[in-house]
Amino acid sequence: MLINLALKSLRDRKGSIALSLMAMTVSIFILLGVEHIRHQTKESFSNTVSGVDLVVGARTGSLNLLLYSVFKIGNPTNNMSWQSFQTIADSPKVKWAVPMSLGDSHKGFRVLGTTDEYFKYFSYGQQQHLTFEQGVQFNQVFDVVLGSQVAKELGYKLGDQLVLSHGISRNSFSLHKDKPFTVVGILSPTGTPVDHSLHVSLQAIEAIHLNGNSDYLAQLKSTGSHTSSQSDDSDAERKEKQEALFAQLQPKTITAFMLGLESRMTTFQIQRQINNFAAEPLLAILPGVALAELWQMMSILENTLLLVSALVFVSACLGVSAMLLSSIRERTREIQLLRVIGASPMFLFLLIELEALFIAIVSIALGAGLLMLSLLVAQSYLVSSLGLYISLNVFSASSLYLLATIVIASLLVAMIPSIICYRQSASNQVSL
Amino acid sequence: MVITLNNVCFSYAEQADVPILNIPTWSLAAGEKTFVYGASGCGKSTLLGLLSGMLSGSTGEITVLGERIDKMSNRQRDKFRANNIGYVFQAFNLIPYLDAIDNIKLAHYFSKSTSKNALHQEIEALLTTLNMPEHDWQKPVRNLSIGQQQRIAIARALINKPKLLIVDEPTSSLDQENRDSFMTLLMSMVTAHNISLLFVSHDMSLAPYFDRVESLSEINHMVANTREKSQGKQSNVD
Repeated sequence: MLINLALKSLRDRKGSIALSLMAMTVSIFILLGVEHIRHQTKESFSNTVSGVDLVVGARTGSLNLLLYSVFKIGNPTNNMSWQSFQTIADSPKVKWAVPMSLGDSHKGFRVLGTTDEYFKYFSYGQQQHLTFEQGVQFNQVFDVVLGSQVAKELGYKLGDQLVLSHGISRNSFSLHKDKPFTVVGILSPTGTPVDHSLHVSLQAIEAIHLNGNSDYLAQLKSTGSHTSSQSDDSDAERKEKQEALFAQLQPKTITAFMLGLESRMTTFQIQRQINNFAAEPLLAILPGVALAELWQMMSILENTLLLVSALVFVSACLGVSAMLLSSIRERTREIQLLRVIGASPMFLFLLIELEALFIAIVSIALGAGLLMLSLLVAQSYLVSSLGLYISLNVFSASSLYLLATIVIASLLVAMIPSIICYRQSASNQVSL
Repeated sequence: MVITLNNVCFSYAEQADVPILNIPTWSLAAGEKTFVYGASGCGKSTLLGLLSGMLSGSTGEITVLGERIDKMSNRQRDKFRANNIGYVFQAFNLIPYLDAIDNIKLAHYFSKSTSKNALHQEIEALLTTLNMPEHDWQKPVRNLSIGQQQRIAIARALINKPKLLIVDEPTSSLDQENRDSFMTLLMSMVTAHNISLLFVSHDMSLAPYFDRVESLSEINHMVANTREKSQGKQSNVD
């Protein structure tokens, strides 16, 4: 009966309730959004580098290196030599090393030049390895493997041809038009920046930057192309020729590389060795440590955001209370009537609290719904431009904790009108 | 006796020096239908407030249905009122956004009677007896006429089978025709359910419906003495 009465009385005051609901919804949207994105960002970032022991690149800031190499945010400052990579990769303590060469793009998606080791060793999330949804990894110069989101958004399927452009802008004018690539594989979704990358071999990166050397390219194409039929050479000869060409395409520099070690115990030792590398200035970072540095830097911003959204929420709560308080003034006669037919002051206290509770619950539903909707809309933008994979499910353990706090806070603030209602009805100042 | 008052004196806390009620003795017998005539400003609302337990702080003895309500706690009084006393006021008898059935159910909710099963039939029977057309039962009562609202108010007051019904100026917002049909219905319901009725009004033309007619100014000895003195202040009491 209490619930029925509260619901019907709220419905009776649609106008003012709707406004209060909107204020609460917006505040919960902000609060929940900040909290959710904060957690998801961290999770998304740490998921991306779960299996990598060290990231190595030319000497720069550790955060900078981490962001451009793994998360594909920002631009590489400097390249490192292929020779140094070889030296370090050959060390007996290194289990695997995956080189990365960045700087090209395709319709706004970044292109990663790497080796087939990438598909074998790179892992994300809970140590999951990359898997192919369709096709296989690249084994020709002009083969490309697409991240799932790239294939989905641009509608590519196996066998399609595409052209890479120089630089990372979405509308680059400098296209590598004479060197089209063939899609040979599409990766399964990972929820990491991998989904938004195109993967080609290091040789391909070299090849597309060989400007003016068209003879060489023609040769390369005739051997490397899938559709080549004009070649009269025998298979074995062709293969040999191709290998020779591949060798010529051996990269001189790469952007960075990821290392997996035989034993994690040696991480710091290897890191120190790389940082003191004699041939050229290099930087090795532990992704986890660099991330922690990033969070530390962000924590002030994070807390400020959280504080601001909490204040917005408190003001929305106060708004609801003001609305309830003025409703009590309007409803003096109703309250008296309830008292006369036997309602205790406690009943009236609960009635007002319940109305506040309903407003909070409906606002939470609306706010969470709105947040999910916005995330749905913004998701692909966030992944492609910030490398952030934000899950649509806003109800994590920590957000449920936050929601419980929201409900309790709104009940506490609604104590003000409720107590006033209680005292007004208990004072028995009733004019019949 | 349904109501017995003995040496009851009352004054509001804010105006302790202005006594409102002074009733040496007065009573209402079971099954009696009593009309108390009172112009505004003679302590009518105060008396009803005391009898219903909405007001407390009087001296003397107030016994309603054999219980000393002046000795009860606030909580006990709320329960007692819900269980034993039916009320019909001049206006605002009902929660405006609830329909007739919900209004009556609400009154039932606060009483101790727990028979949920028969409740719906009882409400329907009451509304039918009170000539409420069935299609109006589910409408918010604010959309109904005053006459209809007052009839629903009778049903609301009777749903808990009170032994005492207190009616306060129920007809002042009704026209002549509605007033007569309201009075006829009220009296027949009270007789049928064997309820003691305390009816307070300033409209003497209603007196013929009752067994016993009294004037509040004769019951309340305070009025005669202090009328002139406190007239200004009483206006905000009533």
